[in-house]
Amino acid sequence: MSKILTVSDLTVSFDGFKAVDDLSFSVNREELRTVIGPNGAGKTTLLDMICGKTKPTHGSIKFKDLELSKMVEYQITRAGVGRKFQTPSIYQDLTVFENLEISSPTERSVFGALFFEHTSESRRKIESVAERISLQGQLKTKAGKLSHGQKQWLEIGLLLMQEPDLLLLDEPVAGMSARERELTAELLNDIATGRSLVVIEHDMVFVKMIAQTVTVLHQGKVLAEGSMDEVQNDERVIEVYLGR
Amino acid sequence: MDKAATTEKPEFNPTLASTAVGMLERFGVVVLGVLLLLVVPLSLDVFRLGLAAKYLCFAFPAVGIVLIWGYGGILSLGQGMFFGMGSYMMAMFLKLESAANPDSSSGTALSAFFGAAGLPDFMVWNSIEELPWFWEPFHHVWITIPAIIILPPLVAFILGYVNFRNRVGGVYFTIVTLAIAAIMAIVIIGQQGYTGGINGITDFKTFMGLDLDNDTAKYVMYFITVVLLLLAVLVGRFILKSLLGRVLVAIRDQEDRARFSGYDSAMFKAFVFAVGALFASVGGAMFTIQVGLASPSLVGIVPSIEMVIYAAVGGRLSLIGAVYGAFLVNGAKTFFSENFVEYWTYFIGALYVFVVMFLPLGLAGILDKLRDVGKRSG
Repeated sequence: MSKILTVSDLTVSFDGFKAVDDLSFSVNREELRTVIGPNGAGKTTLLDMICGKTKPTHGSIKFKDLELSKMVEYQITRAGVGRKFQTPSIYQDLTVFENLEISSPTERSVFGALFFEHTSESRRKIESVAERISLQGQLKTKAGKLSHGQKQWLEIGLLLMQEPDLLLLDEPVAGMSARERELTAELLNDIATGRSLVVIEHDMVFVKMIAQTVTVLHQGKVLAEGSMDEVQNDERVIEVYLGR
Repeated sequence: MDKAATTEKPEFNPTLASTAVGMLERFGVVVLGVLLLLVVPLSLDVFRLGLAAKYLCFAFPAVGIVLIWGYGGILSLGQGMFFGMGSYMMAMFLKLESAANPDSSSGTALSAFFGAAGLPDFMVWNSIEELPWFWEPFHHVWITIPAIIILPPLVAFILGYVNFRNRVGGVYFTIVTLAIAAIMAIVIIGQQGYTGGINGITDFKTFMGLDLDNDTAKYVMYFITVVLLLLAVLVGRFILKSLLGRVLVAIRDQEDRARFSGYDSAMFKAFVFAVGALFASVGGAMFTIQVGLASPSLVGIVPSIEMVIYAAVGGRLSLIGAVYGAFLVNGAKTFFSENFVEYWTYFIGALYVFVVMFLPLGLAGILDKLRDVGKRSG
């Protein structure tokens, strides 16, 4: 299987503290990869570096043929990497429709946006994404008025509008009810078809719902990698994480 | 303000008020157009019309501030520099035209005596013998007008883009704008021979042969100002109604997210900052034609802050509100300056604090509240 993302020898240090230390890992096309690890293992920092929020001290991040560590956020996004943050990060003052609309990849230049006009196709796309995230009835609601779970879904919706090839999700079920979790798991499995996902998660029940391959990080390095069963039975993993 | 007072009256009819508010909102540009094109010129004498024209010139930067501050989230305390650029470029043109006119009183006899005909009077007084190179292009109106339209936005765009790209934003960018406005005023005052110094550039007679003291010319200039101002409001409205307007709000509220939605947020912010500079510059140019003055006192920190106050009073999310804000605050300024000059700065400071604390959305915010009241009971 061909790789969509190859991270090699990646290191970042903050004032001498190596949050990610000489880390290498790769993700296949159309793979759903779950990354787990105790607090401070470097999970979020890893995603931050892939999407351009944090610049690595050294190492390389290859996405398709592109070296992401030399690009800035909006270029990385346009290349096909989508990022969901831990706290829902949506546009509170815009409606659900407008949130989805501005996340569409069609018009990202100043003048493109100034003279943009909707087509029936662009409207349909927004409506179909809204349906997938169960917000079709709330297109005219201001995003700030949605429930916490709905905000999380809306953010996933924003990413779907971008049509990324690689989607990075940081704790997508944090703060959700059990029912919302199940729906989110379904949503992610649904989204995973046709693209690659990297999901950071703490919630082991949720990980079991979605996981194909699991990577365990510990102190900025890869500790173990494999199926959920393999990882759960790995002595080292039990020691640092699961067996607490 | 008197609208707020009406709410307390017992006979206040919310449904009626909400229709009036709805009308004002929907037909805001038309109402403003009728007011400025018909009511004001028909009801004021030439002197008062001149004052109105002056206030309207300050509405230009205020409309720009609504775009860049209200929607772009960039608080610039340096719009005076763009107003000043437009103002000074126009003044240079007018001054050269006056100096070249043998009938004008602006120092021609003196200049001829010193063998420096065609040189602005203040240069002669400062023993400048040759027109500085940067004055040369302003002999021509067809260089001056494009320069007024192009240069300030260009400077704003570069200034904005460099700062925003390096993630200098928020209060840090505000300080940068403040500092540049202050520097510009200091340079103008310091370079008396080239700029007229603290006295500014004044004493113009004609604009392209049109006698500016003539009443007809005053009416013509007033109407040109109104048309340009309405145009600025419409351009602002077009921007806000487009996808670009939504992207600006998105950047204002969640800049990180917008970057991860694939937008070069620095480019968008720099663009709207440039539009604000364009409006300010046009306002400055119209000011100089009508008031007959370009002065460093319109460039520095105090006038820049006043411009923000016009927008704040009108409502920083309302383009039309900015026009009323500029009109009201300047009207109050004229009143205060005629009566208690020394208290004006205290008053404007207090007004700013009051608006920020109690009316964060300005006069437009009062309209919104009235409409909500109307909706609830109607």
